[in-house]
Amino acid sequence: MRLINHIPARPGAIILAALPFVLIFVAYSVASDFRLTANPQDKLLPAPSTIAETAERLFTTPDKRSKEILLWNDTLASLARLSGGVAISAALSLVLGLAIGLLPYARSLFSGFIAVLSMVPPLALLPILFIVFGLGEVSKVVLIVIGITPFMTRDLAQRVMEIPKEQIVKAQTLGASSWVIAQRVALPQVLPRLISNVRLSLGSAWLFLIAAEAVASDVGLGYRIFLVRRYLAMDVILTYVIWITLLAFVIDWLLKSLSRRAFPWMEAGL
Amino acid sequence: MSFVSVTNVWQRYGNRSILERVNTTVAEGEFISIVGASGCGKSTFLRMLLAEERPYKGAISIDGGETAVEPNRERGVVFQKYSVFPHLTVRENLIAAESFEKPFGRLRGAARKAAESRADATLERIGLNHVSGQYPASLSGGMQQRLAIGQAMTAKPRILLLDEPFGALDPGTRLQMHDFLLELRDETNMTVFMVTHDLDEAFKLGDRVLVFDKPRWDPDDPGLHGATITYDFDARNKGMPFQDILDQYPSLARD
Repeated sequence: MRLINHIPARPGAIILAALPFVLIFVAYSVASDFRLTANPQDKLLPAPSTIAETAERLFTTPDKRSKEILLWNDTLASLARLSGGVAISAALSLVLGLAIGLLPYARSLFSGFIAVLSMVPPLALLPILFIVFGLGEVSKVVLIVIGITPFMTRDLAQRVMEIPKEQIVKAQTLGASSWVIAQRVALPQVLPRLISNVRLSLGSAWLFLIAAEAVASDVGLGYRIFLVRRYLAMDVILTYVIWITLLAFVIDWLLKSLSRRAFPWMEAGL
Repeated sequence: MSFVSVTNVWQRYGNRSILERVNTTVAEGEFISIVGASGCGKSTFLRMLLAEERPYKGAISIDGGETAVEPNRERGVVFQKYSVFPHLTVRENLIAAESFEKPFGRLRGAARKAAESRADATLERIGLNHVSGQYPASLSGGMQQRLAIGQAMTAKPRILLLDEPFGALDPGTRLQMHDFLLELRDETNMTVFMVTHDLDEAFKLGDRVLVFDKPRWDPDDPGLHGATITYDFDARNKGMPFQDILDQYPSLARD
């Protein structure tokens, strides 16, 4: 049989899915064990048990001076910036995308501009943002917005233009105004795409967030990672990395289930 | 007498002529089938009736009105596919035919209730009441087209335009759709234009069959001349003309 026709059975599929995780964990444990037997003071690859202890401490023990648990503070600050930036981007890209997709005048006005704007590397603008908006929250949110809005807008505009012409004509023969077509025909059909766009751009959003926090901040997940880097605190860094990955995974899963629940018509044909 | 009049209509894209000198008049309640080879401009003609395209020159008027510049509620349309809204249920698709002309595209309160009961009556009529809560993607092709026709009729257009409405259906379903369309037409006496590739279908359903073809053909430049209506058949009485002539002129009877 051809390779493309070999399909793993149910238990085999689960084992295969788990295999990369197990392999990484085993490889890390072995490497860490090697280094720790050679030098018990080694900080580069802390043992998994050390990371677990550090994680427990980070999640539960308050800071001695501020009496607050830093990890939760960092998480709240970062999630607030992330959700603010992503929400603003989503709203902006939805409005712009609908306008570009439906109105020929808006298309002439914006589509070239946004195509150029999406080529600007957002991180190169970070110094300008710090100068213009200061080192506070605004510059970080703006970096996320600048980083992901052009891409989301272009994709949504494309989706709006992909709505079959027949539907738009049909809506007109039913007497719908441009506004009604935007709101009753185009909007509901691109909303699922908006959610999948948000899912796709969350990766970049995290990147921009952590970069901005690393450069100038006093709280946040990215800030903490780059702060403890000075002390080579690999156990803290790894805990934060795992925590960020977990957060990103949970957000992605929540968005996926929201999309599935909110747009039953998407699955009707399957 | 003439309800739809098409006067000296030309259409061209760039310097490629598509249609030239198209003239016809249609009485209210007539069913017009439009046939012709691929690329002969019959779909272009339908798009101009729909006002999706404006004629290069000439005029198309419904009931003495001006040539329309964009599609409006005077014209109902059913395409081969994509004629219904995939994100609305079957019932909501019918309600949309009434609500889309409102400022926010929605009906509220008593108006909504009334539209819902009218939609349910229509669903009963077109035989889709058992799937009223489903989305179009889960319906068969024939059911989707029945819904599309029901939706177009709910908006009460002056003329109904069908662009190869049964082209994607299997032969059995197609026959059922013919019966459905003929019944619906007897009930409403709607003026219908239907573009089709199927000659049998054209003569079976239509009162008249218009044939589009190019009367002039330049072998060096096929795009130079456009197509026009080359035949206008009377398709009543199974395509045999003058079967009713005695009703019109009883004096012609033998004694």
